[in-house]
Amino acid sequence: MATIEHGGSSFDVDEDGFLTKGMEEWNEHWVTYVKDIEGIGDMTDEHWKVVNALQDYYKKNGIAPMVRILSKTTGFPLKRIYELFPSGPGKGACKMAGLPKPTGCV
Amino acid sequence: MAIPKVEELRVNVAREPSLMTGAIPKEEWMDVPVHFEEGNFCYPAKPSMVDYLKFPNSREWSPDDEDWKLPEGWEEIILNGLKERLDKFRSLKIFMDICVRCGACADKCHFFLGTGDPKNMPVLRAELLRSVYRNDFTTAGKLLGKLAGGRTMTVGVLKEWFMYSYQCTECRRCSVFCPYGIDTAEITMMMRELLHLVGVGTNWILEPASNSNRTGNHMGLQPHTFKENIEYLVDDIEEITGIRVNPTFNRKGAEVLFITPSADVFAEPGIYTAMGYLLLFHHIGLDYTWSTYASEGGNFGLFTNNELMKKLNAKQYAEAKRLGVKWILGGECGHMWRVLHQYMDTMNGPADFLEVPKSPITGTVFDNAASTKMVHISEFTADLIKNKKLKLDPMRNAHRKATFHDSCNPARAMGLIDEPRYILDNVVPKWYEMPENTIREKTFCCGSGTGLNTGEIMELRMRSGLPRANAVEHVRDKFGVNMLSCVCAIDRATLSSLTEYWTPDVEVCGVSELVGNALIMDGEKERESGLRFEPLAGMEE
Repeated sequence: MATIEHGGSSFDVDEDGFLTKGMEEWNEHWVTYVKDIEGIGDMTDEHWKVVNALQDYYKKNGIAPMVRILSKTTGFPLKRIYELFPSGPGKGACKMAGLPKPTGCV
Repeated sequence: MAIPKVEELRVNVAREPSLMTGAIPKEEWMDVPVHFEEGNFCYPAKPSMVDYLKFPNSREWSPDDEDWKLPEGWEEIILNGLKERLDKFRSLKIFMDICVRCGACADKCHFFLGTGDPKNMPVLRAELLRSVYRNDFTTAGKLLGKLAGGRTMTVGVLKEWFMYSYQCTECRRCSVFCPYGIDTAEITMMMRELLHLVGVGTNWILEPASNSNRTGNHMGLQPHTFKENIEYLVDDIEEITGIRVNPTFNRKGAEVLFITPSADVFAEPGIYTAMGYLLLFHHIGLDYTWSTYASEGGNFGLFTNNELMKKLNAKQYAEAKRLGVKWILGGECGHMWRVLHQYMDTMNGPADFLEVPKSPITGTVFDNAASTKMVHISEFTADLIKNKKLKLDPMRNAHRKATFHDSCNPARAMGLIDEPRYILDNVVPKWYEMPENTIREKTFCCGSGTGLNTGEIMELRMRSGLPRANAVEHVRDKFGVNMLSCVCAIDRATLSSLTEYWTPDVEVCGVSELVGNALIMDGEKERESGLRFEPLAGMEE
């Protein structure tokens, strides 16, 4: 486990760089930090739509949505989500939104 | 950690002597210490997981730390643990005693073939434990020590156990070739069990195991989410076929309880397999229910220790009892079938409150499941086809050129070899076998089973999966195969990563997806796409 300082905030992250405490520690500084390490240019409304959709879903379900549900909720085909988050919905987008990484037979 | 480019790794595997030592070892194996660095170990279990499972010695640590923060008196804990297991498991004592080190297993291991590391020869992997056994539990070892092949339990030995018990997928290919029938998987299982006694375990196993214990499945899908995900698949099925299927959940009095790995209702390509189940059950009008409590076929307890395996397995039977079903139908999972066929009966069985499974459609009695009362979806489906109860159009899979990967546990732990093949014969126009020494009971592992399917060891996974990928490449190049079918959820995830790396134009699916594509449903609309919304042959735009 490591601690990351960014924009005056400090974050506990796991080995994969996900927030250990999840949304409890999540804030806008975390978003800019992930944006930079993921090589995303500017945060657009589309990025925010994905982040918000992930967080809303997580609050209700305690887990990230199936990728297809994320597509349906945001209206973005998977291809577009990969354009927005080059490392994909599971790694890039979930990390930015402060969700944990899914485990199991995946 | 970055994975090498495919062309580099292809050459490295063939030419470099050993991933671990970087050269052909010149020293005695006991004198070569393990070296941990980012990329060659799975991340340790989070303290919260260790605490939740009430395992000892939860703490922050990492395998690449010098100090593993082992508990006081850890050597004694390990040796007492070994003694207890030697008394409890007669098999372990036999496996420790009877190996003659003939070496028949040595080159049968995908981890040895992929890494070139001598300690990945199954005989030597077992020797890591056997040397300690000899030293402390045999007369010769007590008297002669190293001369009798014994060695003292040290931190170095413990680290070696961790390294190599997590570079083994308990696939048991080596056991097929062992003239004594030593079950090397059980030796790995014992090493992992012993390591947990001192708080040494991996997160990719303990987190799914915790989720399964608490929420019912590896993914941590809560009841409402589990149900919603399946309902989402129901919507997709309707869009594709025009048919609305009506699955039920936690329904008391259903004839059959259906249990499959939770990845089938969460991740691609497993969700297409689940769509196949849903269509099949609707097609035959099966009186069945899903459960949101026993919502996991897999059992990561098998990769952890006996107690946890027993506990997670018991949930399936407790739920069958609560719902009052007659028997259980199991989905396309790999290791759940090893738990079922080889351990369930003595752990939690016999399940006398259930009936010997009988297909309500064909009347076939599954005597092979007379004790466990659980039938594999492939035997069930093959029986339906044999009795001509399914309307099938194999041409709906004409856009697929399939091959079949025997998932290790169904093939080697339950002998489920011909049933999936019989299904394929009937649901695809033509399919192709991989080479003889890579299929059936000699099948090569996906390379990432037993909870090794985590991202941080990707290079190791690509190496250990190479023997399988090599056979896939062969049928791809020779016959134009573009679909690798299998009957295991770990496979569906891990083979997808493997083919993406080694054979990018080959996709992965469960056999039931191909069944779902081929099923002609009463009242369906003209099918233009398969269950992935991919256009069928002749329907491309």
